[in-house]
Amino acid sequence: MSQMGNKKRIGADAVEEKGWLRAHKWLILRRLSQFGILGLFLLGPLAGIWIVKGNLNYSYTLGVLPLTDPYVALQSLMTGHVPEKLGLIGVAIAVVFYLLVGGRVYCSWVCPVNVVTDAAGWLRDRLGIKGAGSLSARTRYWILGMTLIGSAVTGVVLWELINPVSMLHRGLIFGLGTAWMIVIAIFLFDLFVMSRGWCGRLCPVGAFYGLIGRWSPLRVTATKRAACNDCMDCFEVCPEPQVIRPALKGEEKGVGPVILAPSCTNCGRCIDVCSKGVFTFGLRTNNPVSTVAITAQSEAK
Amino acid sequence: MKSNSPKTSAARRQFMFDSAKMACGVGMLGLGLGLYAKQSKALPALALRPPGALPEDDFLGACIRCGLCVRDCPYNTLELAKPETPVATGTPYFNARNIPCEMCEDIPCVKACPTKALDHALTDINKAKMGVAVLIDHETCLNFLGLRCDVCYRVCPVIDKAITLDMVPNTRTGRHAMFLPTVHSEHCTGCGKCEKSCVLEESAIRILPPKLAKGELGHHYRVGWEEQKKAGQSMIDESKMIDLPDRLPEGAVLPGHYDPASGHTESMRGMAGSEAGVIPSHPPGLGGKP
Repeated sequence: MSQMGNKKRIGADAVEEKGWLRAHKWLILRRLSQFGILGLFLLGPLAGIWIVKGNLNYSYTLGVLPLTDPYVALQSLMTGHVPEKLGLIGVAIAVVFYLLVGGRVYCSWVCPVNVVTDAAGWLRDRLGIKGAGSLSARTRYWILGMTLIGSAVTGVVLWELINPVSMLHRGLIFGLGTAWMIVIAIFLFDLFVMSRGWCGRLCPVGAFYGLIGRWSPLRVTATKRAACNDCMDCFEVCPEPQVIRPALKGEEKGVGPVILAPSCTNCGRCIDVCSKGVFTFGLRTNNPVSTVAITAQSEAK
Repeated sequence: MKSNSPKTSAARRQFMFDSAKMACGVGMLGLGLGLYAKQSKALPALALRPPGALPEDDFLGACIRCGLCVRDCPYNTLELAKPETPVATGTPYFNARNIPCEMCEDIPCVKACPTKALDHALTDINKAKMGVAVLIDHETCLNFLGLRCDVCYRVCPVIDKAITLDMVPNTRTGRHAMFLPTVHSEHCTGCGKCEKSCVLEESAIRILPPKLAKGELGHHYRVGWEEQKKAGQSMIDESKMIDLPDRLPEGAVLPGHYDPASGHTESMRGMAGSEAGVIPSHPPGLGGKP
């Protein structure tokens, strides 16, 4: 286990406690999901096996399942255009899905840019890059609002003109062109300029999906928060660290253990890196004010 | 809690400053994006949209850049604009000189579109209007040079309607005809097969957006002969028409000229059936030698 100075690597305790595989379970599943989805899209153009056609903006699977990006569809709607039937069905399916599993599951389990920004975050941690610029995490909601109003004003699906998410995904499938430069720019921005700058502060796609999943039943919950030993690994690894505190440290304030913040991406990295097994996936309804009893009960087992 | 206590007042000020900062920053970004959006509406003349595409202004609001039209095109005609292409990023277009539209009868690209950015009302590909062919260079077109290339005419899927060969005398040789490829815009779909097949290094015939290719008559204009055809008779009472004698300079002769005063028609020079006259110019190598 390599160490940077005196600092222990994030998740080192968890690896010791649970073994490498279980300490990276959700990360591995997430990468499988991200690359698996990309692989399905690439299977057509590369191997001629057409399971999925299109890209993340709209795809058509096996000639039966339409999926539409609701954010792109909403911008198009703002310009005054109503899509065709398949496009509308695709929106409905996508919205219902993310409503249930959490909107930002799109960010952590589907979006190809997440791999880039996670890589930047990882390298930033390894190189010990600290500080630098900071923008409010609310910036993305302002940008989201601006793109919707802007679409209505210009009559153009506005964010799609520069959206790095669709540029990268479409580029990988239909030909990249100079889109790689934009990807590199985001990587460098996250690495040197601002920690978690793109996904955590600027990207309106993530902001929009966060709003869709505002009341999603599937959430990460700090059920065994009484066992927390304040190692801070979850805060270090979390792409949206502000979402953890209310749930993890809410015992005295009478706040339940479920992470309710819409910007939580349900990535499950906190579950992986916690050596005490504090976190787990659960339902938002299962949110008792006090969790001491639950922790004690499972310790006893 | 008093609302005007120094603490809340400072917090309110901070909130307002933060909001103003955010509004300004994001507003700047929005302004830049808006101007870029305006730019992106200027589709380059040689980038053609797929059949059934809405007018560019509506298209950019309707197309969600999914690429299904690209996928369902059997001839790989269409591609999605890359960030560096001067076409709105991610939207489908084609360049006729690379791969033209083959005008599939079932129009799979339109059927694949999930948003009606390609209008599903288009069911007859012959009614498509991707652009209009324009024989843009009369100086290099081989037919204009008096040769019989005819390739653009031959490959046209709407041959003899969208492109005809119009015969005019070749005044250079004085004894040949030139077969000028002539585009009739009401039949041209803008598929681009003519542009693709033009044998020149740079195509002399090109597909342009109708907006660039077409003039527009004043809406009050009436073309006399059309109106006459519609009415089935002359629009005026010809018996009451007065034609004044033409005054010509002394000794001037206009070949083929009808002078109503004398009722005499001057003969045409050099034309079949008229009196023999001087041939205007000799082809090289023929002039002067008996």
